[in-house]
Amino acid sequence: MDGKSTARACIEALRRQVAAIEAGAEGEGEAARRVALDRGAVDAALGGGLRAGMLHEVIPAAIADAPASSGFALGLALRAAAKGAPILWVRTRAAARETGFLHADGLAALGLDPARLVLVHLDGAVPVLSAGVDIARCTALGAAILELWGDPKALDLTSERRLLLAAEQSGVTVILLRPGARAARGGAETRWSVASGPARPLPMNAPGPPTFDLKLLRHRHGPPAGPWRLEWNRDEQRFQPPPLLRDPDAVPRFGSLAPDSRGALRRRAS
Amino acid sequence: MRRIPGAPFAAAPPEAPLLIVEKAKGALVIAAADPAARRLGLSPGLALAEARARVPDPLVAERDAAADAALVERIADWCDRYTPLVAEDGGQALMLDITGVAHLFGGEAALLEDCLSRLAAFGITARGAIAGAADAARALARAKPGSVVPAGHEAAAVRDLPVALIGLEAAATTALMRAGLKTIGDLLDRPRAPLAARFDADCVTRLARLTGLAHHPISPRRLVPVALAERIFFEPIARTEDIEATLAGLAADVARLLEKRGEGGRRFEAVFYRVDGHVRRIAVATTRPNRDPKAILTLFRERLAALSDPLEAGFGFDLVRLGSFETEPFAEVATSLDGRARAEDAVADLVDRLGARFGPEHVLRFLPQDTHIPERRARLVPVLAAAGEEGGWEEAVPAGEPPLRPLSLFDPPEPVEALAEVPDGPPLRFRWRRVLHKVARAEGPERIAPEWWRMADDTLDRDYYRVEDEEGRRFWLYREGFWGHEATAPRWYLHGLFA
Repeated sequence: MDGKSTARACIEALRRQVAAIEAGAEGEGEAARRVALDRGAVDAALGGGLRAGMLHEVIPAAIADAPASSGFALGLALRAAAKGAPILWVRTRAAARETGFLHADGLAALGLDPARLVLVHLDGAVPVLSAGVDIARCTALGAAILELWGDPKALDLTSERRLLLAAEQSGVTVILLRPGARAARGGAETRWSVASGPARPLPMNAPGPPTFDLKLLRHRHGPPAGPWRLEWNRDEQRFQPPPLLRDPDAVPRFGSLAPDSRGALRRRAS
Repeated sequence: MRRIPGAPFAAAPPEAPLLIVEKAKGALVIAAADPAARRLGLSPGLALAEARARVPDPLVAERDAAADAALVERIADWCDRYTPLVAEDGGQALMLDITGVAHLFGGEAALLEDCLSRLAAFGITARGAIAGAADAARALARAKPGSVVPAGHEAAAVRDLPVALIGLEAAATTALMRAGLKTIGDLLDRPRAPLAARFDADCVTRLARLTGLAHHPISPRRLVPVALAERIFFEPIARTEDIEATLAGLAADVARLLEKRGEGGRRFEAVFYRVDGHVRRIAVATTRPNRDPKAILTLFRERLAALSDPLEAGFGFDLVRLGSFETEPFAEVATSLDGRARAEDAVADLVDRLGARFGPEHVLRFLPQDTHIPERRARLVPVLAAAGEEGGWEEAVPAGEPPLRPLSLFDPPEPVEALAEVPDGPPLRFRWRRVLHKVARAEGPERIAPEWWRMADDTLDRDYYRVEDEEGRRFWLYREGFWGHEATAPRWYLHGLFA
């Protein structure tokens, strides 16, 4: 009898220990689930980085900035996803008509191995949102980008809330890419306005890496902030402020690409 | 077979002969006639005008070949309930291979009786016969419907049937008749070699098939499932919960069968047989071989919920089947400690679910292609179809370079009006979708030549430029053809957009 009660007490103590360990891990997880964007002003405004496992909204400043916003959303997804984890992109046919089809080489040029990408082509906002909830629940995904054009009726506070809850539970970062969006609702953790920024010129006046002019329109835990200019560093897979230009006029007007002896493309004056 | 006339003919007196006509050589000819018409001497092959002269007002309907074929298809689908081996036989008949299944229905005669009476209940008059050889069964169904001939007795059973039932061409049959060989027995009594020499070598093969001496397997209409489970209901089921519970049970049965074989299925098909003869097939596919009953059930639930044409239970289903196809070896693997295998499985499950809901063609991935033409560099293929196909994406971009390929491509490229400083230089400004863009920076040309092995005469080289306009947006433009050599007025296209 005595032995039994000791055993029970022992089990109880172990349970408490396990619960404490689990709670600790959870707490650590909370802290770790922030991803740094630029390790500078933007992260400071976000209170230490972008919260992963959340719903973030990316809106191009104008329709012509849709490609830039896609690039920025992809950058966020790459930052938030664990190394090598699959990324899922949901697009509608309208998106392909406006901005063309995603190009595998272009994705690779931004640092996403095309083999990591699962592309879902759907028609209309209702399927995108219903698929989105299932996608947000799949813990094995690195991140998901849901592309929705305009202001579909189906995208209301409830559906945003549903996405947010699913993302919070699974820890999958969901990015809602909304070209042509006008209505501003408050479901997401952050809302970004993205415009294409003039890129840092390279030698021979070649356009530089992708550059974004950002504004943080909404942030659940802080005031709106920005504007900032960030460029995407593919090699290190992070955003960075563009380095200061020493003498932009020192570059010749035009340059051309020609393969060098090893077959790689090199810049030379024309 | 004939459908008992329904609503369209209800107004006419029931004894009026019914004729189905079709166009042949510019005239309307009777294709089929009902018993009432045949009693009056109106047989198939007669011209409609002549039939009208003999019988003042027959009921006439034009033959709808497509509808006939669809009806036979539907009956064939329904016949799956007896055996998975059902073949269409000349457009008007069905051949069922009931080897080894007759005992499930209480014997061969009982099976035939069951089949014909159920068809009669749907308003379809059918004739049937059972024999050890497919050809004998076909001949007997036409001449002596209802006969059940034990294997080995075909020769005796077909002896007194007319030679026309051997299935030879009309000319050959006429030749046999002219020679005085009227019944199959007449042919069977004769030595084969002279028959083959005088009439047709085919005649001998057919006789052998008819008497069961030569085996002639039927070619079933559908793939036979590797693992199959079914539930028969005396009280038809119609409620969604019952259907799901049935599917859950069937999935468990199929999983057990697959486990015994050490395999997993890549495709599962549920078949619902409605009491009124309607048969509905619903299939789901999986990325990897699977035999987890829960996962299979989830996929079916998704599929059933997403059907644009929902599963109509009507008066209920009396038979539900689940079959597994495209099985592959599948070993139960211990999940690794880091959970990596589990993560891959979770993504595969998500892909399967999305595929079940929206159709597999909507869930895609890139497969690299061995070409340097930008629009052909990658192929988008359904993840389900491309499972196991791996493509290597070489690291194409040297470190420190900006992206040399755009994030999105237009297919086909969009023509733009462009103005260049020199004819073979980069553009100064261009107009795309009615907006004028002034070029601030440009890099190029990067020349991409068409592949000579697929070059059509009008394919020209392309000189690509990466340009940035004054607003800071980046584009991928190309000029088609060399200026001065291939094209006098080069045309410009916008092929892609950079982030």
